[in-house]
Amino acid sequence: MFKKILLSTLLLIAGSAYSITAEEVKSITIGETDSRVEALAKAMLAADDKTAAFLQALSDDAVKVAGDKILVIQGDKVVDAVTQAEVPLPDDAEDVINNNRMRGEIDSALAALKLFSKDDKVRAAAVKQLQSDADETKLPLIEKALATELNTSIKDQLNLVRAAALLGSADKSKRLEAAQLLATSGQANTKTMLLARLENETDAEVKAALGAALRQVESALAWGDKLGALFSGISLGSILLLVALGLAITYGLMGVINMAHGELMMIGAYATYVVQGLFHTYLPGAFDWYLLAAVPVAFMASALMGALLERSVIRFLYGRPLETLLATWGISLMLMQLVRSVFGAQNVGVENPSWMSGGVQVLGNLSLPYNRLIIIGFAIFVLGSVAWLIGRTRLGLFVRGVTQNRPIASCMGVNTARIDTYAFALGSGIAGLAGCALSQVGNVGPDLGQGYIVDAFMVVVLGGVGQLAGTVYAALGLGILNKFLEGWAGAVLAKIAVLVFIIIFIQKRPQGIFAMKGRSAEA
Amino acid sequence: MKPVVSLPSPAPLLSRTGWAAFLVALIVVCAVAPVLNLLVPAGSLFHLSDYGVGLVGRIMCYAICALAMDLIWGFTGILSLGHGLFFALGGYAMGMYLMRQIGLDGNYKSELPDFMVFLDWKELPWHWTFSDSFVATLFLIIAVPGIVAFVFGYFAFRSRIKGVYFSIITQAMTFAAMLLFFRNETGFGGNNGFTDFKRILDIPVATPSMRMTLFVLTGITLLGFFLMARWLINSKFGRVLQAVRDAETRVMFSGYNPLGYKLTIWTISAMMCGVAGALYVPQVGIINPSEMSPANSIEIAIWAAVGGRATLIGPILGAFIVSGAKSWLTVAYPEFWLYFLGALFIGVTLFLPDGVVGLVKRLATTAAAKSGDKA
Repeated sequence: MFKKILLSTLLLIAGSAYSITAEEVKSITIGETDSRVEALAKAMLAADDKTAAFLQALSDDAVKVAGDKILVIQGDKVVDAVTQAEVPLPDDAEDVINNNRMRGEIDSALAALKLFSKDDKVRAAAVKQLQSDADETKLPLIEKALATELNTSIKDQLNLVRAAALLGSADKSKRLEAAQLLATSGQANTKTMLLARLENETDAEVKAALGAALRQVESALAWGDKLGALFSGISLGSILLLVALGLAITYGLMGVINMAHGELMMIGAYATYVVQGLFHTYLPGAFDWYLLAAVPVAFMASALMGALLERSVIRFLYGRPLETLLATWGISLMLMQLVRSVFGAQNVGVENPSWMSGGVQVLGNLSLPYNRLIIIGFAIFVLGSVAWLIGRTRLGLFVRGVTQNRPIASCMGVNTARIDTYAFALGSGIAGLAGCALSQVGNVGPDLGQGYIVDAFMVVVLGGVGQLAGTVYAALGLGILNKFLEGWAGAVLAKIAVLVFIIIFIQKRPQGIFAMKGRSAEA
Repeated sequence: MKPVVSLPSPAPLLSRTGWAAFLVALIVVCAVAPVLNLLVPAGSLFHLSDYGVGLVGRIMCYAICALAMDLIWGFTGILSLGHGLFFALGGYAMGMYLMRQIGLDGNYKSELPDFMVFLDWKELPWHWTFSDSFVATLFLIIAVPGIVAFVFGYFAFRSRIKGVYFSIITQAMTFAAMLLFFRNETGFGGNNGFTDFKRILDIPVATPSMRMTLFVLTGITLLGFFLMARWLINSKFGRVLQAVRDAETRVMFSGYNPLGYKLTIWTISAMMCGVAGALYVPQVGIINPSEMSPANSIEIAIWAAVGGRATLIGPILGAFIVSGAKSWLTVAYPEFWLYFLGALFIGVTLFLPDGVVGLVKRLATTAAAKSGDKA
């Protein structure tokens, strides 16, 4: 019984405290900045709508002082800040002057009040803003918000903000608690927070605790960084693999130095763009699935172009690799100009379907975007299909037969010229698939192929000409090497280092990772 | 005991008609062009415009590259897709000197080149140390491409990288260099490179007489290099090169080590490109990393292929034909230039394996055969 009474009394007191009083309004509005800031912090404990409205008015310069009355201008009306009664504007009303410090305080108080918004997004944004300027004065507010917060992710963030606020506390035990709390966060901004505090810390015990927390955060971050670099390395590797797979057939198996390979990719990317446009116009409802239609279209567009090139130019140049190099370079120039004439010289926009945006959050500083994950999966799918085509089908058997020994294959009744066309079309089609994938991660423009052609040749040469497995290892290896170097030396230097590495590697193993063995090695 | 082999007596450097043509070319470059440009009034039919001087001067620089390419590709069988790098290195060496010659006349009135002031650098980086000396610059123009080519070539030829592998690695080399030069920290002006040159040897660059001097200098260099190349390939050294091209294994079995031969001609070829680059930069007034783009290096190979490989005169013609067509087409029909160039590549490789010179020779023999029939 007594307990009940006490509780209700407490609630009553609490209830009455949760409304801005005339005294509070006055002390926030008038006086020295120091005392106003203090009063503001106190008023923040009573975080209700009236306080918020008054602070907003202050922030908007809509508050005037007339004698001992505080007045708020609301459009045409003038309202007493405490009683909310409409009053006439006295002649001696003066504007309230807020200096920059006061303004900053009011703004962050307003942000803090957003912690109690009903909208999850607004609360999350408020938490984020508080992270940067959390201090002890906001602690009661944060704790109050914590008590009512139901969304777990916002709650986690709020806990971090609380720890950050504690970190600046004058109380040693609170700082120690904060260090412990922050140690488990594993976020990049925690690290900067801890570092900043560590610099100003004088107490040895707290210093040790901060140091320990920092190490823990750093190791968690380091894991995230390492896994992140590994993932982006695999992601880059999968793109390199897609780019080089087609070349592994046209160059690796057939010996054609196809400098137009990049432009065949570009055709695949533009085919994707066209399919996207068609879906936009005729099937807006199914727009999300345009990519599924674009994959076969990109393959066919590039494959047909490849077949055309093989029939018209390349078949006259077999066995003269340097001449194919020049002729296909000419082809690449013409294809680039063709695309410029048709689609314009500017990059065109290819949108990701909605199911490809977003990602999986794995660690505090590691999230895996869906489009990268899907491209990795796509690369595996294409690789599997190519391996199956070459290793298990009749066409693959003929292709292998013709590459290994053309006269004998011909004697056995294989139409070698047709097989050449098919093989070249297959390699070109795979380039088209690569272009389709590239359209989802980069710019689509007439120069798309140029950026990848050197990389593609590097992968094939490094992997060992004519070796599918070598291409896979080389693509993944280069991708991962590149990304790890990038974290250490920056993107351009990493790229240069990789190129230098390849040049040195080729010195040691001129035939690539997997040297050809047996009869064909002499050719 | 020395094996007794009767070598055919060495061919003369040039035939009588060859010397006559060479002399005519020399007179045209050194006397006719300057007179037509500087003395003949601008309205006259025979006036050679400043634009024409600039164009021909530029193309003669290209022709030097094509000649260098012919030595390494036509006569030694090594296709380089990295000659644009050596051209650009020579150009940058010259460009650094020209930048220093701007002195206090830059936009920021500073001793430092403008782009360094812009990047808030306080002093010249170490590799600019000798750039204010013209003599050192002349040395660097040859030495830098030479050293880069020597080091690269030594490793490449030692591990017997050849054919397409070599081509692709040279392409990677120039690509890597381009990425490097695009960076601001490298100290070569990044994306914009060097431009806004004011004078050379304290003489203003943009005067008609200076332009003509550079033109004549380029022409003499081209002709000099032509004679040198001719002498090289007629020498025993040149014959070994051609033997390497045709049957490298047999050359090795005959007791020669191809490494030294290939490395020497490779380095000479790179130095020639460096000189071409150095002559090119003051004439066009700019050098930037796009000169190192793989496309530029491939274009050099195209000049050689169009004109006719292993003919020396062919690549020079090729440079004039292709670049001339380029400067005309890019003005008259900008849309069609790449179609034309592409078609040229394909057409030459498919139908004119010996280039224009081969075509002329073929036509000459058929004509001779026909007239022989009549007689």
